[in-house]
Amino acid sequence: MRDVAVVAFAQTVHTGHDTGLAEPELLLPVIDEVKRATGLKRFGFTCSGSCDYLAGAPFSFVSALDAVGAWPPISESHVEMDGAFALYEAWVRLQHGDIDTALVYGFGKSSMSDIREIMTLQLDPYYLAPLGLDQVSYAALQACAVNADRAALDEIVRRSRADGRANPYALDLPDPSGEEFEVEPLRPYDVAPVTDGAAAVVLAAGDRARELAGRPAWITGIAHRAEPHYLGMRDLSRSVSTAEAGRAAGVGKGPVDVAELHTQFSHEEPILRAALGLSGDVTVNPSGGPLAANPVMATGLIRLGEAALRILDGSAARAVAHATSGPCLQQNLVAVLEGAVLDQSL
Amino acid sequence: MGNRCAVVGVGQTRYQTRRQDVSLAGLVREAALRALEDAGLTFADIDAVVIGKAPDLFEGVMMPEAYLADALGGAGKPVMRVHTAGSVGGSTALVGASLVQGGVHGRVLVVAFEKQSESNATWALSTHLPFNASLVVGAGGYFAPHIREYMRRSGAPDHIGTLVAVKDRLNALKNPYAHLRIPGISREMVESTPMLWEPIRYLETCPSSDGACAIVLAAEDKVTGTPAWIHGTAMRSEPIMLAGRDVVSPRAGRDCAADVYRQAGVTDPRREIDVAEVYVPFSWYEPMWLENLGFAAEGEGWKLTEAGCTALDGDTPWNASGGVLSSNPIGASGLIRFAEAALQVRGTAGEHQVEGVRLALGHAYGGGAQFFAMWIVGSSKP
Repeated sequence: MRDVAVVAFAQTVHTGHDTGLAEPELLLPVIDEVKRATGLKRFGFTCSGSCDYLAGAPFSFVSALDAVGAWPPISESHVEMDGAFALYEAWVRLQHGDIDTALVYGFGKSSMSDIREIMTLQLDPYYLAPLGLDQVSYAALQACAVNADRAALDEIVRRSRADGRANPYALDLPDPSGEEFEVEPLRPYDVAPVTDGAAAVVLAAGDRARELAGRPAWITGIAHRAEPHYLGMRDLSRSVSTAEAGRAAGVGKGPVDVAELHTQFSHEEPILRAALGLSGDVTVNPSGGPLAANPVMATGLIRLGEAALRILDGSAARAVAHATSGPCLQQNLVAVLEGAVLDQSL
Repeated sequence: MGNRCAVVGVGQTRYQTRRQDVSLAGLVREAALRALEDAGLTFADIDAVVIGKAPDLFEGVMMPEAYLADALGGAGKPVMRVHTAGSVGGSTALVGASLVQGGVHGRVLVVAFEKQSESNATWALSTHLPFNASLVVGAGGYFAPHIREYMRRSGAPDHIGTLVAVKDRLNALKNPYAHLRIPGISREMVESTPMLWEPIRYLETCPSSDGACAIVLAAEDKVTGTPAWIHGTAMRSEPIMLAGRDVVSPRAGRDCAADVYRQAGVTDPRREIDVAEVYVPFSWYEPMWLENLGFAAEGEGWKLTEAGCTALDGDTPWNASGGVLSSNPIGASGLIRFAEAALQVRGTAGEHQVEGVRLALGHAYGGGAQFFAMWIVGSSKP
């Protein structure tokens, strides 16, 4: 495959409440930032990820084009998925060989709605959605299935929130405390917070990437897989699709320094660690991860961006990024980012 | 453009007002199984699935690709979901083709659908505060002023829209999948229907349909059956709010056409493209797109329509299938155009087959006439 790298990443200072900014207003500064960082004004391809249901209106992505400055007209597409999947589409497009750069962005304001109930509408509308199972309730089923140790979950949240406080873009959330359950066995702090935000990434291929960044974060593997939708058809204590995507992306081909995982609930971290074969000494979510900032539809893209930053700044040699979609980790994307790219004369 | 890619299977459901006999999953699976059968393949032969549809609010299922993954054999495979407004069916085909052209997969299943009977699209398309001041009702309310401006600029006579409405419905009578099959369709019949959005009459608009369309795309070494080779693909988008944007003949449409013609080596589209399946949801969009796509000079498109050039037996047939005016499961409407173009170059379009098609154009547009997706397919390898 053609060598493609993340050469720039920007994200908003995420907030836990609506600041009155519309989606294009959230996006404009981050798109400006990656344009400034790369010096690029135009891109070979542009792809974005967002969800109409967050805004409660059809075509919520249309006005986002105003922030991109799509004039003269641009080659552009959109996925109704997390921006991480938009990045995948852009990576595929760069494989054609006729263009060298791509802009990817994702955005979401979960403060505007009740994300927990909206996620119910993602379930099979005939057999599952009428049961009224909300996002936290089905996550709790998975937490039961994995039988996670309470002390371990508390430590994941404590670490994530502490890392989030050290991350200027994440929310400032206190150390976890309290004995009450949100939905047993999950406590309120096991659930990723309501967050508004946006993120943008620039991809570049080959020599163009070397021109645009001192140390490009090469995507040496990227793949995604879906699983059956029905929770009863899956072993919820494992994430088979993450494992398969991880194998396809080549996670196990070398040591992993750091991993950014799309953990919307604390108990998903042990499931994903196991699926990706990450040992206990792999640093997970040094940014604080989704438990410290969860701008839905940008959260997965931010995992790719945060992992890439560790390569771009030289603090890691090999990083793994993960993004998810669907109930209880139904669909998972895994990417491997590296500072050095092996000669792939394929 | 990357590696060679071909359409090797096409499957459609019969388009109709309500498909109450099937679930959403049943609807998409019906189209997918027909496409696989056409290609002589099964779900096991497919590497990835790409799903497209217009706004999720139409059916009230958020990101339905999660639920539809099982019905489309997506478990264990990569599943993508595309949404680019009305152009989504076309964009979905292009995203699927990109996976093959990029060398990532050998065979990709592309499915697009809409079950409009689950909701009221006119109101779903009437964008409300705080996004826009609610000045219009439905897509027709939005596009009617653009059509009036076209009529003013071009001096086209009032009856041109009627001619398109009749021509496309005559073609639909030859297409067993078409939704609106109106025996005895005539200018008088169209002109007797109520005016909805001046100058668009009831029979000059597209219907609301339930339906799905699927195609199987294959790399050169994975071709089965009769291939329709992709000669060019292009997408273009422009902002909806831009002072000076020409909404009658959007630059994104012109640029997109120029890009796809360049890839396919087309310099004179009217002569070199044997049949075109173009997204015409309101009758007047045929003459407007004839100009935007370079089939006619500016201000001349309506003359081609009036002279019968775009009829099934004309020199440049447009929408031999009956087009969006005859079947409109919104999210699938673009993919149907792309699929019908493939059927024409494969020579498998049936009663609405145009003789001797070598090159065909598939076209879709969406949003405020700001998103465009196009491909050109041919009977021979590019």
